[in-house]
Parts: sequence; C-alpha cells; structure tokens
Amino acid sequence: MSVLTLQVDGLPVAVPEGSTLLEACRAAAITLPVLCHLDGLSPVAACRLCLVEVEGSGRLLPACATTASEGMVVRTETDQLREYRRMAVELFFAEGNHVCAFCVANGSCELQDVAVQVGMDHSRFPYQYPQRPVDASHPLFSLDHNRCILCTRCVRVCDEIEGAHVWDVASRGAHCHIIAGLDQPWGEVETCTSCGKCVEVCPTGALFRKDDTSAEKHPHREWPAALRLAREQHQWRIP
Amino acid sequence: MTPLRFATVWLAGCSGCHMSFLDLDEFLFELAERVEVVYSPVASDAKHYPEGVDLVLVEGAVANADNLALALQVRERSRWVVSFGDCAVTANVPGMRNLLEGAEPVLRRGYVELADHGGQLPHAPGIVPELLDRVLPLHEVIPVDLWLPGCPPSAERIKEALVPLLAGELPRLEGSAMLRFG
Repeated sequence: MSVLTLQVDGLPVAVPEGSTLLEACRAAAITLPVLCHLDGLSPVAACRLCLVEVEGSGRLLPACATTASEGMVVRTETDQLREYRRMAVELFFAEGNHVCAFCVANGSCELQDVAVQVGMDHSRFPYQYPQRPVDASHPLFSLDHNRCILCTRCVRVCDEIEGAHVWDVASRGAHCHIIAGLDQPWGEVETCTSCGKCVEVCPTGALFRKDDTSAEKHPHREWPAALRLAREQHQWRIP
Repeated sequence: MTPLRFATVWLAGCSGCHMSFLDLDEFLFELAERVEVVYSPVASDAKHYPEGVDLVLVEGAVANADNLALALQVRERSRWVVSFGDCAVTANVPGMRNLLEGAEPVLRRGYVELADHGGQLPHAPGIVPELLDRVLPLHEVIPVDLWLPGCPPSAERIKEALVPLLAGELPRLEGSAMLRFG
C-alpha cells in the first residue's frame, strides 16, 4: 500500500493512498463536524458540514467524499468555513421541528453535538414549523419525520449492511422525505427484518424504539463500522 | 461599589429556568451581596419593570400581547438582556403551537375541539392577554446580548455565565458545558 503526503492546516499528514480528506484530517487530529458521514457506510456528502478549502479548487469540497492526493493543501478553519458550518447547522434546526426538551434523543443527539461544535447559541433563521407526519405503524420502532435531517444513514445502513433496502428518499426540496418500501407505512413493508440498525445509526431522534421516551435513546452508532470490520477482516470488536 | 441592578423576567416558559436559577444555592448569597434585585418573579414583589436595569435574565418565548409589551420594555430599560433558556432562545415547547398556524386555530383546538362538552372560545378582553399568531424566540422581538441555552440551563451553566457578567464582561459561551440545547 503506497502512502501519500498532504498538508492540512499547515501540518504535514501521511495517509494510505485512497484515503478521504476526512481521514486525513483525523490523522492530523482535526475533528470536522459531520452528520451524514458514519464510519462503515458509504459517503454521500449530504450534510455539507465537512466542507474544506483545497488549494487550486474553485469551490469548497466535502472532506468525506473527496479522495486525498499527493501534495494537496487543505484548510479546515477559515472564517468562511466557520460561518458556513454554523449557518448550515442553524438551517438544520430551522427547517425541521427539533424540540430538544422532550426528544427521545436529548443528550445523545448528533445535531445537538454539532451545534455545540460550531458554537451555535441561537438560530438567526426563523423556524419553519413544517407539517410532517409520524409513522408509528411498525410494532417496535417509530419514524418521526419532524426530527429527520435527511442524512440518509438509515437508507445506507439498511442497503449496505443489512441488505434489505427498506428505506429510500422521495420528493425534492422542502418536500424531500424518507420513505419505507414503496412509500408504504413502515409496518407494512415485508422486506423489513426489524433488525433496528436504522434506529441505531440515526443521528437524531427521528428513528427510535417505541419503549424509549424523553432522553432514553442511547444508540450504537459504532455498529456499522464494527460489522464491516467483522465481515471484511474477520475481527469482532463489538463488546 | 454600587450594586448591579439585576432583574429576571418570566415570559412564556414553565419557570424551570427560574427553578434552575434557585438551584444556585449558596451562590445566591454571593449574588445577593453584589446585586440589587429590582424585578423578579422569584426574588422581588415589584409589579412594574423599572428603569435603569443593568442585567436581566429573560426566561420564556414571546407568546402573547403581555409578553410582547414586557419584552419591549425590558429592552428599552436594560443594558444587558440575556435570552435565558431554550424557550427564550428557540421558542421550544411554547413554539410548538406554531404548527397550528395562528392564535385562533390554537384556541379552537384547546377550548372547542378537545372539550368534553360545551366548549367555547375564551373571550375576556383586557383581562386575559391576547395570544400572538406566532410564538417567537426573544431575539426575533428585541436585540439580545447573550444567549444561554438549555432546558433548563443547569445552575452551573447559569453561574458560569453570571460571574463574568457581574464583573462587567459579556462572556463568550463555548463547549458542551455552556452551549448545549435541551
């Protein structure tokens, strides 16, 4: 395996060929905010929180979906990036109905985490209060669209790890939403194995177990990476 | 040293932020020595918001005509306004009625549709404050100097914010201990 060197925020970093910029940043001990990225799942660059500046590129690039190359000069902490990140997080809060106070994921929510990370103390954008439904048709789990940020982790974990592909994305813009099966109530989708992986990887309280109430969701977001490691390298690291 | 003229205000919130404020326990003694409480639902009997307030913690969203009038008065008469807790910062739970889109549908839902029998819309002009059509975070009504999120903000978080404020400095809040919603 060949190694390539690049520069991240002035630091020289060596990473294996094929690594992403996100991995290169981690090698430089830089923690970029992420919401759609999850180790073990394919990258989609949906949340735009990991955007970085790459010298010679006219636009900002998502670190999770950009392959590192020899001699790249990457910047992760410019005023523009900080402002865009905070704006993106504020827009996530403003476009859905996120009421932390009684949310099932309060305290273990990655949207809360990134708000802290980008220093968001309030939203400069007015809250939209969209009309969104809750699908409680599954016997074990529920999907509250009010809390969904469309990261598509559920779509990917179900397709790539479980192999059932229950979830998908329908419509566009403000109407964009996650669907089960052929846009059916979740409980009627026969391909769902009720494995619960979608619930475990959801960054917010959109997907949750029915017996969990406020602040009771304690998900295992490390499962996809552990399962992939077990399958591909035969190492079992789930405690 | 002249004591700081200190106030706390309770708009559309559950008073949980004020309960958390009372959880400051022994720090309240220190606070009492350094400030003059000029208006507060938990520490003063004053019925009117006074002039010349140095520092005010405002709990709650702006949900009705009384909240709105008081918020405007608070801004006009105070040097530093702190948006105190998630309801003031985001509208939080009181803001959920915005999903019903307007004051009239909210009253209809609460007093007519969900009534067991004989439901009717409340009508008491001049006695019960009129609901605004939309519940707003404080900063959408008046300029705010500091946002202190949390539902409620913990006593430690309140103290960490108050200490620099008492020393005449606006703190920069960072990290999970100071900023986290919920």
